[in-house]
Amino acid sequence: MSDVTASRTVFPAALSIWVPRLEAVIIPIGALVVGLGLFAVFLLFLGRSPVDFFALVYKAGFGTGFSWKNTLSRVAPLLFAGLCVALPARLGLVVIGGEGAIALGGLAAAVMGVWSGALPGAIGLILMAAAAMVIGGAWIGAIGFLRIKRGVNETIASLLMAYIAIALMNHLVEGAFRDPASLNKPSTAPLPDSLRVGDMPIGIEVHWGLGIGVLCCFLCWILLDRTTIGFAARVAGGNIRAAQVQSLPVGKLVIGFTALGGSMAGLAGYFEVTATHGAANASLVVGYGYTGILVAFLARHNPIAIIPVAVLLAGFEASSGLIQRRMDLPDATILVMQGIVFVVLLLSETLYGRLRIFRPDLWGGKA
Amino acid sequence: MMQAIGLETVGMTMRFGAFTALDNVTTRIKPGTVHALLGENGAGKSTLVKCIMGFYHATEGGLLIDGHEARVADPVDAQRLGLGMVYQHFTLVPSLTGAENLVISRADAPQVINWNTERAALDAFLADLPFQPPLDRPVSRMSAGEKQKLEIVKQLYLGSRFLILDEPTSVLTPAEADEVLSHIRALCEGGRITVLLITHKFREVRSFADDVTVLRRGKMVGSGRVADLSDKQMAEMMMGETIARAELERTGTPGSVVLAMKDAQAPALSGPKGIAIDDLTVQAGQIVGVAGISGNGQTELMEMLTGQRTLTGGQIEVKGQPFGATRTEVHDLKVRYLPEEPLKNASAPRMSVAENLALREFDRGPDGSIFWQNRRKMLRTARRRIDDFEVKAPSPHVPIATLSGGNVQRTVLAREFSGDVDLLIVANPCFGLDFNAVAAVRERLMQARNRGVAILLISEDLDEIFELADRIVVMSEGHLAFAAEAGATHAGEVGSYMAGHA
Repeated sequence: MSDVTASRTVFPAALSIWVPRLEAVIIPIGALVVGLGLFAVFLLFLGRSPVDFFALVYKAGFGTGFSWKNTLSRVAPLLFAGLCVALPARLGLVVIGGEGAIALGGLAAAVMGVWSGALPGAIGLILMAAAAMVIGGAWIGAIGFLRIKRGVNETIASLLMAYIAIALMNHLVEGAFRDPASLNKPSTAPLPDSLRVGDMPIGIEVHWGLGIGVLCCFLCWILLDRTTIGFAARVAGGNIRAAQVQSLPVGKLVIGFTALGGSMAGLAGYFEVTATHGAANASLVVGYGYTGILVAFLARHNPIAIIPVAVLLAGFEASSGLIQRRMDLPDATILVMQGIVFVVLLLSETLYGRLRIFRPDLWGGKA
Repeated sequence: MMQAIGLETVGMTMRFGAFTALDNVTTRIKPGTVHALLGENGAGKSTLVKCIMGFYHATEGGLLIDGHEARVADPVDAQRLGLGMVYQHFTLVPSLTGAENLVISRADAPQVINWNTERAALDAFLADLPFQPPLDRPVSRMSAGEKQKLEIVKQLYLGSRFLILDEPTSVLTPAEADEVLSHIRALCEGGRITVLLITHKFREVRSFADDVTVLRRGKMVGSGRVADLSDKQMAEMMMGETIARAELERTGTPGSVVLAMKDAQAPALSGPKGIAIDDLTVQAGQIVGVAGISGNGQTELMEMLTGQRTLTGGQIEVKGQPFGATRTEVHDLKVRYLPEEPLKNASAPRMSVAENLALREFDRGPDGSIFWQNRRKMLRTARRRIDDFEVKAPSPHVPIATLSGGNVQRTVLAREFSGDVDLLIVANPCFGLDFNAVAAVRERLMQARNRGVAILLISEDLDEIFELADRIVVMSEGHLAFAAEAGATHAGEVGSYMAGHA
């Protein structure tokens, strides 16, 4: 308690800024710890040792250079998928259909790659990224449009549209855009090497998606936190009626932010195609869009906090194979863990402003 | 036969932590009388009745019912002892009829209801009452006055012999209010019930109450027969010092037309009839008051003026230019809004006081719109406005939702009243504010008017309209039913148009 008393005398005004920020960090971390604790109980019921489990997760996700490579290669799609949730969330919208925009964005990139095969690699890559962003942005932006023009619930609409998107992607990959040479796994035509994104020169084999993803997180943070557009979005998300009475362009903001979120998810698909798979196929739909929801909520929709959270969850996902083999647990175990953490996290949302320890007046006296 | 019960509180004290909400209140309510409980917001009126009804257990002191000490453990206990309460907001089931509402409210309502016997019992019960609530219509199709009567009948039906009415007339027209209160009076005179009437309307105390108790800051500051007290004396007890409200000074003459609505039409929130404002103008230096009972199109009118409700016909003009309430138009034409319930309609609750103070101009630089936020300027402006408008906030960084209602309203006023304003559109600016805050808000509005601002004041409080407006219009069923200069009309006339007759 001594440093508490010390700060009481020093920074009463600054405390009213820092204490809520501390609250926003400690509550999600607390929820994560409690969620993992409950999952440990679940493991005990299965007769497995939680200690072994977490040791394995650490080893397979973060323990060695190889496991870091495995983890980091999964971070990029989680960053983009997290942004697809976090950006609309600033406007108070819960968009959970990033998976669909990833699938269609990846497909758009692959198709654009086939068409622009004769162009120089750099131009082709840019066109592919643009195609992925436009399709992803249009898909999620349409959800914003439906919300603002027709009052359609964006959560349900985005979820259902994700099913449509995935089905549409499968339909086209198995039909119009199928490479006849892809026999047992229908795919689009393989991209030439000139249209493949390579690794970053950082001494560990990780493709450029990670770097661009981190950059996008910073850019989105600047947009939300430093520009007047971000401020307007926070007002609209904080109270839509107040924003309307202030004549803020709520409709444009909603459509703009959902479209931007969708284009981020589109980029996730783009990097999966150009860096990981070399073609669009069913491998695009492995649940990054859904894990991205958990990433964004754990990061409290703060784009910079998305980065460490994405690394953590990517590590969990990277370890699922080893856990399956060593502990004889099904692949879905990691999903159970994610589900438990998510429910605890949603519960923890009710704690904001209720914990006495986070009341600035207790820390700084009556400033 | 006297069924009504008398009630006394003896030295009743209620503390919440270090805060004393009720301080040694001793009052005697004689059986068969209407006893008014006066006091401004936060004076302890609701704490007192909650202690009586068993929602709270008084820290010290006790309760005598008909001279015998009584303990009320909880509201169920209160009901058993014959104490009942009618809340400010209706507690009826809208989809059920009057008769159904009455029968299901009984604690001993049978699992299978035999409607024939119940109905016969109800009719017999209602036969002795001086007034009849509608029994066969669903509550959703009753007027506010009918619902209020049904609430009171429900309490009688449940066997209450001591009834607490919490501002029962706040949702009624003046005519309905008089009718309901005179029925209550008749019941008391018949010795059937005793009534404790919470109110802040002196007129009701004067016309319908026998005795009055006045609370201020948790203490009982006066009590006596209404006939022995003047309104001024009661006001002084309520407010403390003699601040019998000074007549606000009104200077200047109206200038050119600032706001004009011509044949403006829009769909209503519900119901087939739309909103149609044939002709409404507000001049510079003039307050036009729009009176009306809530739900007659005031919400829609506000939405039309803020651009949230698209017009289906006609137009709105500000200073002769068509006005669609875009951010540029609002800024260039210097239009400001003060919607009712500022925390709900005019602020982002989780954003800070400083940020909320900046909502009007965060995207405006010296020359047109800006892209980067200027946080330093935001904070500087916020500190200045917090001082100017005496907003009590621990720091500009705390979320606005943590402030009290009066301080939220001051914050919003500080934002909307700063800088150049030519047109101010205001809705129920004093809802839920205490006496001093109300006086401050009204004074600001009058000062703005005297500076030449055109003000459209939409208000459900007729006293407020008469205090402030130069010109009064009445909104009823989505259109303007009446218009007159404030000096050329009176509350009775306006009230009858509000009620839809005349």
